[in-house]
Amino acid sequence: MADSITLRVSRYRPESETQPTVQEYEVPLRKEWAVLDGLNYIKDHLDGTLSYRWSCRMGICGSCGMTVNGEPKLTCGTFLVDYAEGPVRVEPLHNFPVIRDLVVEIGDFMRKLPTVSPWLVAAEEPPPDGEYLQSPDQMDAYKQYSMCINCMLCYSACPVYGLDPDFLGPAAIALAQRYNLDSRDHGAHQRMDVLASAEGIWACTFVGECSTACPKDVDPAGAIQRYKLTAAMNSLKAFLLPRAAR
Amino acid sequence: MTASYDVVVVGGGGAGLRAAVAAVEADPRVSVAIISKVYPMRSHTVSAEGGAAAVIRTGDSLDEHANDTISGGDWLCDQDAVEAFVAEAPKELLRLEHQGCPWSREPDGHVAVRPFGGMKQMRTWFAADKTGFHLLHTLFQTSLGYERIVRYDEWFVTTLLVDDGRVQGVMALELMSGRVEAITAKTVILATGGCGRVYPFTTNANIKTGDGMALAYRAGAPLKDMEFVQYHPTGLPFTGILITEAARAEGGWLVNKDGYRYLQDYDLGTPEPKPVFKSMELGPRDRLSQAFVKEVEKGRTVDTPYGPVVHLDLRHLGAEIIEKKLPFVRELCLDYEKIDPIRELVPVRPVVHYMMGGVHTDIHGATPLEGLYAAGEVACVSINGANRLGSNSLPELLVFGARAGKAAAEYASTAKDPAPLIALLEQDERRRLDHEMIHPDGGRERISDIREEMQQTMEAAAGIYRSRESLAKAAEILQDLRHRFRSARVEDDSRTFNTQVLAALELSCMLDVADSIVQCALLREESRGAHQRTDFPSRDDERFLAHSLIHRNADGSSRVEYAPVTITRWPPGERVYGR
Repeated sequence: MADSITLRVSRYRPESETQPTVQEYEVPLRKEWAVLDGLNYIKDHLDGTLSYRWSCRMGICGSCGMTVNGEPKLTCGTFLVDYAEGPVRVEPLHNFPVIRDLVVEIGDFMRKLPTVSPWLVAAEEPPPDGEYLQSPDQMDAYKQYSMCINCMLCYSACPVYGLDPDFLGPAAIALAQRYNLDSRDHGAHQRMDVLASAEGIWACTFVGECSTACPKDVDPAGAIQRYKLTAAMNSLKAFLLPRAAR
Repeated sequence: MTASYDVVVVGGGGAGLRAAVAAVEADPRVSVAIISKVYPMRSHTVSAEGGAAAVIRTGDSLDEHANDTISGGDWLCDQDAVEAFVAEAPKELLRLEHQGCPWSREPDGHVAVRPFGGMKQMRTWFAADKTGFHLLHTLFQTSLGYERIVRYDEWFVTTLLVDDGRVQGVMALELMSGRVEAITAKTVILATGGCGRVYPFTTNANIKTGDGMALAYRAGAPLKDMEFVQYHPTGLPFTGILITEAARAEGGWLVNKDGYRYLQDYDLGTPEPKPVFKSMELGPRDRLSQAFVKEVEKGRTVDTPYGPVVHLDLRHLGAEIIEKKLPFVRELCLDYEKIDPIRELVPVRPVVHYMMGGVHTDIHGATPLEGLYAAGEVACVSINGANRLGSNSLPELLVFGARAGKAAAEYASTAKDPAPLIALLEQDERRRLDHEMIHPDGGRERISDIREEMQQTMEAAAGIYRSRESLAKAAEILQDLRHRFRSARVEDDSRTFNTQVLAALELSCMLDVADSIVQCALLREESRGAHQRTDFPSRDDERFLAHSLIHRNADGSSRVEYAPVTITRWPPGERVYGR
């Protein structure tokens, strides 16, 4: 194994550049090192001006998503040795405006998130001194969709979001489904208008790239497909029983 | 136009979100803003794994939870605070359940609980081994339903605005634009978490740089019990990634290089095949980390490129338990060590994990500085004393986050508007940031060099075992590092997302916090909980059944004073584990 590897890092400084450029750095190649360790080596020893986000470096905070050799990845869980002999291309996540270097603007997602009412909508007052009962099977019904860390890899992988920034997107829809499928929740009606709108599930052409990119196996594509069926059934019911409450 | 709120919460993790919601619920008129240097769901609460303790089962009692907490804390806990904590913890965890937190369940649909270190009963609620992640996301998503909570995401608070003896707001730097704004407030709640990054090897995220502790300290509020730094016994080598105590609660064993369950040699009980409450692997973290050091001294650990390790053996639990109860442990071992705990031993060593100390607050989260509150790891109430029990920190940030939010809202309803002098303070801070912090090519010292020296100094002098000699030397080195920091080089002159300026601001916080740890450790001439002095190996209740309070003097030096510990019903006694 070579003892170093080249990182070809995308740079963009909006005050002085109109277009991103590429800068090469040589970093040590160690078997434990993630791509993020390579970036930290650059920041600490080679070039203190490189900007990127990171925090937990254990794959749970969702900060360090970037595009590594063309694929959206959490850089803390993507290892340099898997890219030996290099070079490794490190770019910001695709489909987002770039603020600076490897930092992207995720405000669009943050604004969409509340529109799906991602909180538990209770039917009545909760039990005063105890918990809602929920069997392990009932929990399994939504558990997978509760594992999303909001890392944005699915938006970066989604060709629909790339073309249509108004698309609600994989993570937001999966999160809505996380609550819809929770036995304690009664907010499915409240979420329906947003989910079943033109920019909701129907915008998805089921490419499935989101589920491939997801580092936490949330399967947003599956969530979207499931909701399409629910929404179709709801419209059918509304057509057949026009006066019934939705 | 300066933005102004009744309550400004600094930090958007568990404590900050809970405080913000409590404030708006306490008073429908108060305006609340959360200022956080990261998006709230990136906060370090997300990394907590094992669980959250609260009495729920019949057969358990609040007194038993209190007793475990107080003896676990080596009698440095304030017992009135502990009593409030254990009483309110179940309500807080139920509240989260009602908000949708996916707590793991028993087959009958009730919330499941697991054993945990130092706890005499099963009372630790869990969401598999991603408890902090689920807790944080539930709190964050629920907070989105409160339209009155305004958020400043990716803003870094650089100073507290203090005038007329009370806190009246903050100055904050927006990372995206580089602009610095005054945000005035009738009250400020600090909820910025801990400072593990002061040390080289830590479970703490990169953002845990003691910002809130430094903000309070510089503004004149004392820090309490800073010498008590928790080493978690089981971190992965190199990364420092936490392997949760739940791995041992589910039945995992700690073995040395001979495959021997060495904890039996350290007055922690006798090995049994199944976990026993408060015994062996379910002893408290301070004692387990100390036992590791003794094993190293005896030459019974395994050497690796990243230092000596022992092994965590989970193999006998079987694939089903590991996949159901400890899926994240397996995922982390597979990803970061290329090891499958179903079949292989996991290398682990003690790792800096948690600050028992923090900003001195009363039982309502109020600091001695008028208008300033604190909650969560940044604060020291103290329910954790000299050693926190695992699974007490998540309920702590809920209970005291809620208390601080409510108290701050009440204070804000009667407080005066910010004084006109604030405009002058604002100018001062702008000048400080422009001229002292951001000076392209002006300095000789590399930020990462100073940071690394600080971290190595802290590990060597203020680690699991300390001595007067090592601490005194560390105090000198830190003095020198603070001096060198004045010529720290910031070559990045961009206003846009300047993470080098951020790193410099964070380092300056860490240097203050590191010094407070060393000063308090130097003066506490006894061994208690996580503070072990080789030159004073015994607990000394005569002199040190007291909280250290470190204050900053006007000239930048510090002084340490002592305050009594509140004892209600549990007089100091011997800590007994495994017998």
